[in-house]
Amino acid sequence: MNLRLMPLLAALIWCVSAVAVWAVDVKAAVLRIDYPSLLPISRYDLMPEDLGFAGAALGDEDNGTTGSFLGHNFETVTVAVPPEAADEAMDRILDDGVQLIILLASAPDVLRLTDKAAEAGALVFNASAPDTDLRDANCRENLLHIAPSRAMKADAVAQFAVWKKWDEWFLLAGSNPGDVKLGDAYRRAAAKFGAKIVEDRIFEDTGGSRRTDSGHVLVQRQLPLDTQDARDHDVVMAADESDYFGRYLSYHLWSPRPVMGSGGLRPVTIHGAHEAWGATQYQTRFEELTGRYVRPEDYNVWLALRVIGEAVTRANTADPVGVRDYALSDEFELAAFKGQKVTFRDWNGQLRQPILLYDGSITVSVSPQDGFLHQTSPLDTMGLDRAESNCQAFE
Amino acid sequence: MKHLFLTAALAALTTGPAFAGKAFVSNERGNTITVVDTDSWEVITEFPGGNRPRGITVSPDGKKLYVCASDDNIIRVFDTETYEELPSLPSGPDPELFILEPSGKRLYIANEDDNLVTVTDTETRTILAEVPVGVEPEGMGMSPDAKFVVNTSETTNMAHFISTEDYTIKHNILVDQRPRYAQYTADGKRLFVTSEIGGTVSVMDIAEDGTPTVVGKIGFEVPGVQPEWLQPVGAKVTSDGKRLFVALGPANRVAVVDAQSLEVLDYILVGQRVWQLDFTPDEKYLLTTNGNSNDITIIDVAAEKAIKSVQVGQQPWGVVTIE
Repeated sequence: MNLRLMPLLAALIWCVSAVAVWAVDVKAAVLRIDYPSLLPISRYDLMPEDLGFAGAALGDEDNGTTGSFLGHNFETVTVAVPPEAADEAMDRILDDGVQLIILLASAPDVLRLTDKAAEAGALVFNASAPDTDLRDANCRENLLHIAPSRAMKADAVAQFAVWKKWDEWFLLAGSNPGDVKLGDAYRRAAAKFGAKIVEDRIFEDTGGSRRTDSGHVLVQRQLPLDTQDARDHDVVMAADESDYFGRYLSYHLWSPRPVMGSGGLRPVTIHGAHEAWGATQYQTRFEELTGRYVRPEDYNVWLALRVIGEAVTRANTADPVGVRDYALSDEFELAAFKGQKVTFRDWNGQLRQPILLYDGSITVSVSPQDGFLHQTSPLDTMGLDRAESNCQAFE
Repeated sequence: MKHLFLTAALAALTTGPAFAGKAFVSNERGNTITVVDTDSWEVITEFPGGNRPRGITVSPDGKKLYVCASDDNIIRVFDTETYEELPSLPSGPDPELFILEPSGKRLYIANEDDNLVTVTDTETRTILAEVPVGVEPEGMGMSPDAKFVVNTSETTNMAHFISTEDYTIKHNILVDQRPRYAQYTADGKRLFVTSEIGGTVSVMDIAEDGTPTVVGKIGFEVPGVQPEWLQPVGAKVTSDGKRLFVALGPANRVAVVDAQSLEVLDYILVGQRVWQLDFTPDEKYLLTTNGNSNDITIIDVAAEKAIKSVQVGQQPWGVVTIE
């Protein structure tokens, strides 16, 4: 027997005195759908094979350490499939009796798979789909959202721009469906916080070359032409979810202006250089375990597992209804290396959380910004508020 | 006669500083230790303290200064008179906070990255034990009878009561999110555990045999300050057990709490991001480290008022005082 485990066992025996031991095996699954996609603009954005799964490994480890004092075991299976195999994979997970499922998938798949899970009484955590609609008219009773919506992210950026008094925007949105929706989120944010979109343009995706040996030459010639003759603006808001032009904008605009949104200053839930609020120790734990820097998908999956872990530890429940009820209750709170507790909106199942504004190397700022106030929580100044929600599954 | 007087005066002058109290402040980002005279409140000197110095304490005789050099993965030791570096102590990886038992022999160290509490013998400079605890161990408190060490784990959210006899955990108590610090009263009958993100202080009564029972929770409220910025970190209780002082991090305030009724009496405005606290040995003053304004605030304990702030190094983290 490993000697280092001895004190741990002793701890297990002794913890009876203060915290009731309630032996339980907590099983969860992460299902990731790998869609065919083009290469990212930057090599730094190449998808690691263990995207999201690495966060699950850390989540299991963190929950398991806490669980060792209480007799709780955590085990999370990870599955990656192409889109056509998604339904079958979900069936298999449900057949195995797993009822806590974390999805990394696009909105239509999230909806279909969540409804399938509902039939088996399972609870789903959305760790990637940003569609505001999933938190609104298309919300589901058994679907909680860890990933922030497009509206939350756009509001996070908008608040910073308004705080800077950069309130005249040049919105440059892509032409693919996700880009269009993101563009709408920026239009909504401008109206919400009193900024003005003085120039609103679509940047057509014509499928040109991305990373070629001399790609930058074309970009350098083309982009200034595409952005000239715009009305006077303080900042360029890029809405490029498909990642085909946003990253090129800084330094290639006709007028020298800062870029935000999908290039320049980007809204993220985490990045590998975030250090504030004890995050350094999260980063070192993650890097030691996985050998790479953390991605938002990893953090979102880790956070979903921590929500489950908190429900098990505090409310003694691993059952999907129990976890959901506890997560949505006033008792729930979770530390997430963001300087304040994260909680859920009980009207649509969205996790409230601060959003980091990241320039590619450091945290430039964190939204909500000073002065954006709300009667419930400043975090509710970002995304859909209770009054404007069309979600009925949570009533 | 006159000559004699002068000599005596000179002697008093030269030996004077030796009698003056000192405060040692660890500067997390500056990698230095600032030494402050606790009579004149002047900075005496600043010396290298290893990489990312955080937890800081002194030997019972006040002669040795121990510093958690987090990024060096060791405890650095300095002479409190000459500031000369003495042989280091092994600590296990990423030591953040520690507590020295009253005899000065064993040092209990929280290893933040490894979910361990390491027990180090300060005389033989060897590791005696490693105790597995929850995720991100940080706060370290010790019962006055030295029978229990309490460690708080920031992500597991528990206070672990470790027996100093056999180094095993005897009790685990769940507290609010991100527990940072554990502080017993001098009579050992009460324990306070601060929770940074939970925004509370858990209060436990301690039985004769060391068994804890949660008896209350202290919350904080300051008009005009968002509740999420009221983040309890460091805490100290007066030796008569009457007053508890709690550093509230980014709220830039120290709360004054009636340690018996648990009522919050006042908030003292200090520097920015107030982190850890220590009394001067006579308990006349309470010193606070203010990480974002790079200074320490001196609080008059009887008056419960801030009287002065002193600029120290970059991002002050911990503070300890000697006579």
